[in-house]
Amino acid sequence: MELVTFFETLWLARIPILKGIGVTVSISVLAILVGTVLGIGVGLALTYGARPLRWLVRGYTDFIRGTPVLVLVLASYYVLGTVGIDLGPFQAGVLALAVFCSSHVGEIVRGALQSIPKGQTEAAKAIGLTFPQTFAYVLGPQALRQVLPAWVNTAAEMVKASTLLSIIGVAELLLRTQELISRTFMSLEFYFFAGFLYFAVNYGIERFGRYVERKTSIPS
Amino acid sequence: MTGNLLEIRDLHKRYGDVEVLKGVDCTMAQGDVISIIGSSGSGKTTMLRCINMLEEFQGGSIRIDGEEIGYETTGGTRRRKKEKEIARQRAMTGMAFQQFNLFPHMSAAENVMLGLVKVKGMRRDEARSVAEKWLDRVGLAERRDRFPGQLSGGQQQRVAIARAIAMNPKLMLFDEVTSALDPELVNEVLQVIKDLARDGMSMLLVTHEMRFAYEVSSRVIFMNQGRIGEEGNPREMFLKPQTERLAEFLKTSTFN
Ligand SMILES: Nc1ncnc2c1ncn2[C@@H]1O[C@H](COP(=O)(O)OP(=O)(O)O)[C@@H](O)[C@H]1O
Ligand SMILES: [Mg+2]
Repeated sequence: MELVTFFETLWLARIPILKGIGVTVSISVLAILVGTVLGIGVGLALTYGARPLRWLVRGYTDFIRGTPVLVLVLASYYVLGTVGIDLGPFQAGVLALAVFCSSHVGEIVRGALQSIPKGQTEAAKAIGLTFPQTFAYVLGPQALRQVLPAWVNTAAEMVKASTLLSIIGVAELLLRTQELISRTFMSLEFYFFAGFLYFAVNYGIERFGRYVERKTSIPS
Repeated sequence: MTGNLLEIRDLHKRYGDVEVLKGVDCTMAQGDVISIIGSSGSGKTTMLRCINMLEEFQGGSIRIDGEEIGYETTGGTRRRKKEKEIARQRAMTGMAFQQFNLFPHMSAAENVMLGLVKVKGMRRDEARSVAEKWLDRVGLAERRDRFPGQLSGGQQQRVAIARAIAMNPKLMLFDEVTSALDPELVNEVLQVIKDLARDGMSMLLVTHEMRFAYEVSSRVIFMNQGRIGEEGNPREMFLKPQTERLAEFLKTSTFN
């Protein structure tokens, strides 16, 4: 029975596969977290920064977004080493993904902030709020709601992009799967299985995003 | 100290090369209700926005209760005050906008409470009871937990007025607060403003509602191309305009 052999093999390989999942999740979570924090900074700089800063950051995001993620991953691993920044494959990979993530989140944040009508800031000023207060209580909460769907999308993209780290030898889920396939030759089954796992993770992220969206939606 | 609530001296405002306020002088005393009328583009909105520093201005001075707004002059150089200081000064006036500008993610009560808690430093329960008092005053006691998206335009504007008034400003600025409303919702908002006027609130209001201006104002200012074209008590202004321009403007306005 094909199916029985598949599950037997799967059971035998459960430890490396679980480790692979663990690494994939770690990469994704770290990249999304760091990328989001950086991205908020990027978005703020693009929206409120003084002109030189805005140009600088605009250059950064345009450059990063115009570069394939794979190139970022390879550059982070091979090129940074030549300028004395020696990162292991895991660190280099996470850095590349975080940078990629930050440029996308930056654009999303900028778009959300700029779509808030000017009257909101003016009304906040008129009651005597300072800019940090205006941001914290008026602009931020509105931007957050707008950002959410696109941010969930980006997060899911990061999970998919984490597979690229297999190329520089990070033992994440895809690399573990490929190792397993090279031993068992059950490529169809295990690629399908890995695909299913990625889908499950992203489906979970998407459901979670929908849930938060519903919870924070403004009554009208 | 002159004892005036508001004192505007030779106010000049430019957008780039275009001068839109060309030397405006205006004084008002505590309790005055002044309507500003004039054709579109004459600088009415800009004048109000300068008073609470939503716009910068390049010349002249604005004082509220003797305190110079927005700028300070030391050793002959004129400098914008610190943002914190400007924020504090903005809270001396309240403003209601044509487009209401309520915070859509907060209930009516929360809209009113925000400034009370964050600017005035009130406790939340204290702020809530002040907010409820004012929402009651504008006839929205039962709607206090509704969100702006769940209210009509007239109701939203009344919440916006409550939000401004609750801060206990020395002076209220109203910029065409009924212009964005459906005709049947105009009166509920005008009534709220009339009640405030009767209670002695000092206000400066830009309006196209001539009958309302006539009834509510202690003085009327006619703005014309960035200057005050004529001013006086409503009776004189509306019945015996002294300038060609005002006569012309009144002819094209409707009294209803
Ligand atoms: N942000 C701006 N940039 C440039 N010009 C402006 C701006 N806002 C207003 N103006 C100009 O200033 C003049 C006065 O405008 P405003 O004060 O809004 O007039 P009113 O409220 O009397 O209709 C108008 O000519 C208008 O085109
Ligand atoms: Mg106007």
